[in-house]
Amino acid sequence: MTIELEQHINPKLISILEKISDPEIPVLSIMDMGVVRYAQIVDDVAQIKITPTYSGCPAMDVIGDDIIAAFKDKDIKAEVDLILSPAWTTDWITPRGRKALEEYGIAAPLDEEADKEALLGNKKIVKCPQCGSIHTKMVSQFGSTACKALFQCEDCLEPFDYFKCLK
Amino acid sequence: MKNENIIQYIYGIADNALILGQRLSELCGHGPNLETDIALTNISLDLFGQIRSYFQYAAKLSGDKKTEDDLAFLRIEREYKNVLLVEQPNRHFGYVLTRQFFYDVFHLLLLQELQKSTDETLTAIAKKGIKEVSYHQRFSSDWIKRLGDGTEESHHKVQEAVDDLWKFTDELFHMTEDDRVAVESGIGVDVSKLKERYYKRVGEVLEEATLTIPETKWFQKGGKQGIHSEHMGYLLADLQYMQRTYPNMEW
Repeated sequence: MTIELEQHINPKLISILEKISDPEIPVLSIMDMGVVRYAQIVDDVAQIKITPTYSGCPAMDVIGDDIIAAFKDKDIKAEVDLILSPAWTTDWITPRGRKALEEYGIAAPLDEEADKEALLGNKKIVKCPQCGSIHTKMVSQFGSTACKALFQCEDCLEPFDYFKCLK
Repeated sequence: MKNENIIQYIYGIADNALILGQRLSELCGHGPNLETDIALTNISLDLFGQIRSYFQYAAKLSGDKKTEDDLAFLRIEREYKNVLLVEQPNRHFGYVLTRQFFYDVFHLLLLQELQKSTDETLTAIAKKGIKEVSYHQRFSSDWIKRLGDGTEESHHKVQEAVDDLWKFTDELFHMTEDDRVAVESGIGVDVSKLKERYYKRVGEVLEEATLTIPETKWFQKGGKQGIHSEHMGYLLADLQYMQRTYPNMEW
């Protein structure tokens, strides 16, 4: 994926895009989230293409507005397009993004197989972002947003969000 | 294929998600507990996300300054092409989950075929949707098993729901004229071919849930032709209220 990203994203625009965060997970920039799929200057206009994490993700409209505002601050006109294909996957979250999630208290997505086992409650493998214990249980397959499930740690008893694997 | 045919074909798919999403959204704040409340409204949100993609595309094809809102909110009852199943009311939690399960199994099969469409936009929407709907199906299947194989009361209630909603399942596989045109031109899915896989999957889950598959051979139909049940008018009154009262308002 990195190769494709380098081809489509003008490195000069990264510093602007990196300052914009997901409104529902403020510690995560939209670059680390992997939702920016294309960013180039064409005829003095920044053409940005973003893809939603989930179809109904209400954050997308806000992210679009934030991008336009961030470029306006630099006196650059920006146009934002929403693209659906290829569909977003949690694999596009960068290592830095995963680390930011964990520090923020959200367990980062496991790989597809492990994710299935965790969400079916077959194995205890989701690590509590608070205390690091793997004695955790799923409370609900759906959490505070479409992209997360709700877990609870059986050791420190804290509830936490788990970012579901999406492939 | 003419744009008008594609638009009609899109209604045939998207209206199901719209009406089911509306039904689920009625439960916002009224779920039996916080987790299921959030789950059902999350599913609703996924469905609304999908229909926005469908209707934005249909609005673009129609070319006459129509927006996604016009298509979703300002048609009359007879112009909605959803199946009768999805408009059935939220009688109780078991009923809601049975309706959801019956639709999810079909929805996933449909999208798995639609991703092979020759229409790039429909392919993209389907591929995106598959990820979400797989999750919906897992959720509703789990609950059917849990309720069916649960207490005497939960078993009884979900069996009642299965018996009542079963008659609406056959309509999912009826081919409309718009479906036929869409299949011929390579953009659409032949839903009649999904039937066998559907009843196999549904049967497996019901069996595991210790539920009985109804023997009824009589099935209700009409939604795909715009002939809806008595519940539809009330649902649309709710759905359309804001746009009818404050025309052109935006969220």
